[in-house]
Amino acid sequence: MSSILLNQKDIARAISRISHEILEKNKGAENIALIGIRTRGVTFSSRLKQKINDIENTEVAIGALDITLYRDDLGAGLQKPQLKKTEIAFALEGKHVVLCDDVLFTGRTIRAAIDALMDFGRPASVQLAVLVDRGHRELPIRPDYVGKNIPTPKSKRVQVHLKEIDKEDKVIIEEPVK
Amino acid sequence: MRTLIKNGHLIDPANKKNAKFDLLINKGKIEAVEPKGKLKDIADSKIIDAQGVIVAPGFCDMHVHFREPGHEYKETIQTGSESAAAGGFTTVAVMPNTSPVNDNRSVTDFILTQAKETSNINILPIGAITKGLKGEALSDMGELKEAGCIGYSDDGRPVSDSEIMRRALEYSKMFDLPCIQHSEVLALTEGGSMNEGVVSTELGLKGMPTEAEDIMVHRDISLLPKTGGRLHVAHISSGGSVDLVRQAKKKGLPVTCEVAPHHFTLTHEACRGYNTNAKMSPPLRTDSDLELIQEGMRDGTIDIIATDHAPHDLVDKQVEFSKACFGIVGLETALPLTLKMVDKKIISLEKAIDMLTFQPNRIFGLDKGTLGVGKAADITLFDHRKEYSIDPSKFKSRSKNSPYKGWKVRGKILHTLVNGKTVFKSN
Amino acid sequence: MTQTVTLSQQNIITTKDLDANDIQLILDTADSFKEISTRAIKKVPTLRGRTIINLFFEPSTRTRTSFEIAGKRLSADVINISGAGSSVVKGESLIDTAKNLEAMSPDILVVRHNCSGAPSLISEFVNCPVINAGDGMHEHPSQSFLDLLTIREHKGTLKGLKVAIVGDIAHSRVARSNIQAMQTMGMKVKVVAPPTLIPVEIEKMGVDVCYDLGQGIKDADVIMILRIQLERQNQGLLSSLREYSNYFCLTTNHLSNVSDETLIIHPGPVNRGIEISLDVLEGPRSMILNQVTNGVAVRMALFYLLLGESDANPN
Repeated sequence: MSSILLNQKDIARAISRISHEILEKNKGAENIALIGIRTRGVTFSSRLKQKINDIENTEVAIGALDITLYRDDLGAGLQKPQLKKTEIAFALEGKHVVLCDDVLFTGRTIRAAIDALMDFGRPASVQLAVLVDRGHRELPIRPDYVGKNIPTPKSKRVQVHLKEIDKEDKVIIEEPVK
Repeated sequence: MRTLIKNGHLIDPANKKNAKFDLLINKGKIEAVEPKGKLKDIADSKIIDAQGVIVAPGFCDMHVHFREPGHEYKETIQTGSESAAAGGFTTVAVMPNTSPVNDNRSVTDFILTQAKETSNINILPIGAITKGLKGEALSDMGELKEAGCIGYSDDGRPVSDSEIMRRALEYSKMFDLPCIQHSEVLALTEGGSMNEGVVSTELGLKGMPTEAEDIMVHRDISLLPKTGGRLHVAHISSGGSVDLVRQAKKKGLPVTCEVAPHHFTLTHEACRGYNTNAKMSPPLRTDSDLELIQEGMRDGTIDIIATDHAPHDLVDKQVEFSKACFGIVGLETALPLTLKMVDKKIISLEKAIDMLTFQPNRIFGLDKGTLGVGKAADITLFDHRKEYSIDPSKFKSRSKNSPYKGWKVRGKILHTLVNGKTVFKSN
Repeated sequence: MTQTVTLSQQNIITTKDLDANDIQLILDTADSFKEISTRAIKKVPTLRGRTIINLFFEPSTRTRTSFEIAGKRLSADVINISGAGSSVVKGESLIDTAKNLEAMSPDILVVRHNCSGAPSLISEFVNCPVINAGDGMHEHPSQSFLDLLTIREHKGTLKGLKVAIVGDIAHSRVARSNIQAMQTMGMKVKVVAPPTLIPVEIEKMGVDVCYDLGQGIKDADVIMILRIQLERQNQGLLSSLREYSNYFCLTTNHLSNVSDETLIIHPGPVNRGIEISLDVLEGPRSMILNQVTNGVAVRMALFYLLLGESDANPN
């Protein structure tokens, strides 16, 4: 049983608005770097990069971060999450890094991402852009840019589908698979 | 008091009996053997009801290592004899690779004294061919025979020097005892710990090729005509050697040979996983060798079954494969493993008992392995149908180094008697 | 949902026990670890607080260092124990050494020993995973994985590639591990050596045998050169290193019949001029230094994938 929280148009509008907000807060596209958290955060960051380019005619730096090695729940079983690659081809010094993720929930992923970033270098600032904030934070983490605030019961699953990966754009909420 | 064993099925190859016979024992000897029912119940005789049971001469193992003197932590003459009795063996020949080596009378005397005091089965010593097993100088074969030795061997080691082996065969002729050779060309097997083949290649272990055995068997057989000595090939393992013995016998040469149960039931595949309980010398060989050995049993080329019972403690076995001692215990698994050859129709039940009783005694000139009237009442009763699972932890031997743990087998020793006295009874 | 993955084995002792999925997983994971060694801060916190013991009964600098660096880059505590000067010299048995270490709760044991089967024996007596870093003539699995990673990086794929392994096959644990792993990955292997250095019945392991270097490397996509040891001459296996070199040293001449795309690898250390000439060693096909880099990544991957189960339930 699932219902749609955001449809394709909602997502497109959110991305447009977030792109404007990033440019507004940082007074332009200079020294901005978008770093997407694998996997859908990377897709999200690509869309933001495209939109920013449409608005400001500037290509901002973009990278992909795999936070598996920084998770706080490893070693709890033999099953390992599949490692994917981290690709950050530029120095972080002097950059305003905007971490991009599809869903913000407990905040643990972002905590891991910040730790990972610190091992790469010392950015001028780290900001957070998320498509959906569903609440239930377990750590003191707050987003700078939010597509949509959607309070949800903790037990349900919120899934972001992006057409580059999932055939269509939508955000759905559903009962967890038993 | 007499003992009457009745209702049993008697198999006595020495006297060509294989039918229901009853047997009467008096004063440690066999007093009478008559068809079932013929012997009247004699007053005050103990009755052993052998219904459904095979009654055979006590088995004889011409190749065991009892480690005393010197390595008593592995086995003593006492524990070895208990193991033998539990396996249905009433006579064993102990190899001289003790510490000190049995190459002189004082060690032989010690062994016999220990046997008299602590063993309830017959222990026969085998004397060393060369002093200290060094392969350099002949031992005093005459003295050894007088002390009671029934054959000569450097087992554990081969007599490598051809000249020494030639002289050993010549000299032993004077005493009419066989030279038992552990056939191994050491130069070909140096550093080896298992058969040389695909398994040793995969496990990354140096191998011991069959040629090492074949070449020495061939050499020793070649030395027979002019020397006039008698050769007994110990623990034959290579298909090639079996054929060499076959051809030599056809020529009428005085050669005999023995096989250990592990060489007719296992191959080098048992070494996978670095199982040190599959490490012995000569090593387990290939499927092809196994088949040729079984064929050799079938056509009589292989004369006797001898376990090469080689007890080793965990300290010697629970180590890196290349460092582990060679050998496994065998007295308590000999019967069930031999019966597997009967199941496979390689040999008949009667032939199996023959290879464990009459043949060993014929070759070594002993007055054992027979249920003839007047002979010592050394008797083994076994249930050839009883099925069970082998459990080395229950062995009477001090050592439990056996690869047969968990094997489903049939053939349980029920009762072993030596000189009419019970030396083992199963519960 | 995060996709979880796991190896089918809890120890890395032989490549024979690993299937194609396992090997693929190890290579993919290693690939992701490579990037860490290019950062300024070459560390991730993944194995923080874990204890890795390198138990090296046989001396080794490169392999041990590679395992040590791999563990440290994952933030683990790495302890090195060598055979010489340890309790082993005082006569302690292998099993007692292992049990004593186990009582100190290591998370992983890495074992190198000169007896085939030693890591296997140790694994029967410890609870933690055991990685075989080379046992006698038997196997050296992590070397095989780094070889495969190096090959895959340059060829894009493994399946269908032809490999020629040249050298002392009979005594080589690297050869055995690779023969098995390569066949699992659908590669075709040929061994090239004088007859005395080819192990008995190796054809039954699925490889072709060749006594001629030129013939052996023809059409090869990868040429693996193994070290030849001086001791073999004294064991009657070689007449002299000079004659071995005449027939089996890989030189530029041999490479004129071989594609430019053919890779040359060697597990090291290299006997220059004996098994490979200097100009080939330093030539464009040689991937030897890449192998060393990949070695750290592969060993990081093994540590990561073997991370032991804990009693704690994440839920």
